[in-house]
Amino acid sequence: MDKFTTLTGIAAPMPLVNIDTDMIIPKQFLKTIHRSGLGKNLFDEMRYNPDGTEIADFVLNQPAYRSAEIIVAGDNFGCGSSREHAPWALLDFGIRAVISTSFADIFYNNCFKNGILPIVMPQEAVDVLMEDARKGANARMTIDLENQTVTTSDGQSFGFDIDPFRKHCLLNGLDDIGLTMEKSASIDTFEAQMQQSRPWV
Amino acid sequence: MTGNTNAGAPRTLYDKIFDAHVVERSDDGTCILYIDRHLVHEVTSPQAFEGLRMAGRKVRRPDQTIAVPDHNVPTTADRVNGIENPEGRIQVAELDKNAREFGLNYYPMNDIRQGIVHIVGPEQGWTLPGMTVVCGDSHTATHGAFGALAHGIGTSEVEHVLATQTLIQKKSRNMKVEITGKLRPGVTAKDITLSIIGHTGTAGGTGYVIEYCGEAIRDLSMEGRMTVCNMAIEGGARAGLIAPDEKTFEYVKGRPHAPKGAAWEAALAWWKTLYSDEGAHWDKVITIRAEDIAPVVTWGTSPEDVLPISANVPAPEDFEGGKVEAVRRSLDYMGLKPGTPLNEIKIDAVFIGSCTNGRIEDLRAAASILRGQKLAPGVRGMVVPGSGLVRMQAEEEGLDKIFIDAGFEWRLAGCSMCLGMNPDQLAPGERCAATSNRNFEGRMGRGGRTHLMSPVMAAAAGIRGHLTDVREFLTETV
Repeated sequence: MDKFTTLTGIAAPMPLVNIDTDMIIPKQFLKTIHRSGLGKNLFDEMRYNPDGTEIADFVLNQPAYRSAEIIVAGDNFGCGSSREHAPWALLDFGIRAVISTSFADIFYNNCFKNGILPIVMPQEAVDVLMEDARKGANARMTIDLENQTVTTSDGQSFGFDIDPFRKHCLLNGLDDIGLTMEKSASIDTFEAQMQQSRPWV
Repeated sequence: MTGNTNAGAPRTLYDKIFDAHVVERSDDGTCILYIDRHLVHEVTSPQAFEGLRMAGRKVRRPDQTIAVPDHNVPTTADRVNGIENPEGRIQVAELDKNAREFGLNYYPMNDIRQGIVHIVGPEQGWTLPGMTVVCGDSHTATHGAFGALAHGIGTSEVEHVLATQTLIQKKSRNMKVEITGKLRPGVTAKDITLSIIGHTGTAGGTGYVIEYCGEAIRDLSMEGRMTVCNMAIEGGARAGLIAPDEKTFEYVKGRPHAPKGAAWEAALAWWKTLYSDEGAHWDKVITIRAEDIAPVVTWGTSPEDVLPISANVPAPEDFEGGKVEAVRRSLDYMGLKPGTPLNEIKIDAVFIGSCTNGRIEDLRAAASILRGQKLAPGVRGMVVPGSGLVRMQAEEEGLDKIFIDAGFEWRLAGCSMCLGMNPDQLAPGERCAATSNRNFEGRMGRGGRTHLMSPVMAAAAGIRGHLTDVREFLTETV
């Protein structure tokens, strides 16, 4: 997994609330057995007409946002299914951070496993960042994970909270399976105790 | 330790199950949580198995891992000849290969026990009270009906569980949703769960595990409880659960993987300690009177867009903030005008099935309305049992004949139209009365329009050709 330290990039405004994982990556693209290559189908049904041509007014089709690396989104981003194809598609497109007032639980977890930083902020801050994102390609937002800040193109800065363990893993690009496997003696002990206390499992 | 669930300060059911599965707890509250059952299907697992192989890792507990293909499988009889779609075929073949190579408990596509993973787990007795159950599927919440802590995970976490039989978790907050009193006739578990989401919104449960309780929940069958818990995720909660009781134990007893003999007695003794203690702390409490719940339908493209069938389509201006634009978009997608009575909305299709409403009781309920009736002209209908065993049971009871006589197609088990990853899909603009769980844009097929409702409401809509209050049928038979 790639590290996430700081990012200065274009932010795309997506103020719609409840952007669900079926919108982020529709089901017909879940048939893959790989993690890569989903970026071209990110937001597929919002982004393309049925004949495959681009829908011009969709934000990521606009010249200013074609190389966006951040999305500023409406409330409850990523609701719906557990498909990790959603963060895979975002990452493959080039999105490394999403900012919203809230995220669906599973999507939020999935982001951290893929080096994407989901940032929860109060409505007032998201409103300011949304306006900054609307300025287009000349406006670049800066995210600093170490210091837990997002700074607008005109220098207004907002702090955010993040779980320390998740922050540590993102900053260092750590694979948490490897970390847990180092604890296998504890898991062995737990299983041995379980054999006594809940043998039916 | 696991036998000591009632010591110390009062705890919720969720607290007790969580505590019993903590392998290690860090100072910041991050825990390594042991997983008792890992359910696996073909869509969210191939990359996880590939990851295991690349790292040279094994499945730590294949005996606690259960695999079944469901999302991609066609529901027509010709599936014995294989899956036509090449990508779907590869995904199912990958699961087949992985299940055999890693020695998992496996129900292949043409096994009579195959079905939707969340129906197969309880049916085979894999899901038991007090367990932790995970699956790379958001509707894993279904298993909470047994008093299990069950939730969906992404593919990276699937790989984590395969390799370590644990997850890294922080405790969620506790929410109690109490449904007091008794349901009125024609009102079902689906109406309860949709009404709760209508009340809390789709983000209302974010950060919480919900325990459903109260007389109306106690009165539900296990099937009904599974319907309620299934949609906990639609309310944003990590999981939903219901304390086990005699109905739970009765349902579990004798199933193929349920404990037997002395193990059963030991299990039962522990299961009976699984309830929220008097005085346990709740971070949020919601109380709804069962008699205030009406048969409901969704009108928009979010499960929170729910209203009683007697209501009218709302207007964007009825809402606030970001929801105004979302409703405008929704109504445009759904092809609906504000002010239209919901019970005048014409439908083209009826879908009865899914992990929400594909169990035997759901089919019995729908059949009770459809007996001797016909689908309205121009309406197509599909019944997709949740498992091969549900299908067999329904056929033994003659339900298949009722559906077929009414003009429905009687299909084999799978996820089917609920997410349209298989050949069962809506055409653009086609409007469906569905017993599934998501009315998102494009969910059942690009441009398809989904109205969520209970099996009896879907049956009634099919007969009349428009969304209908099922209670009109009840008075006819009383």
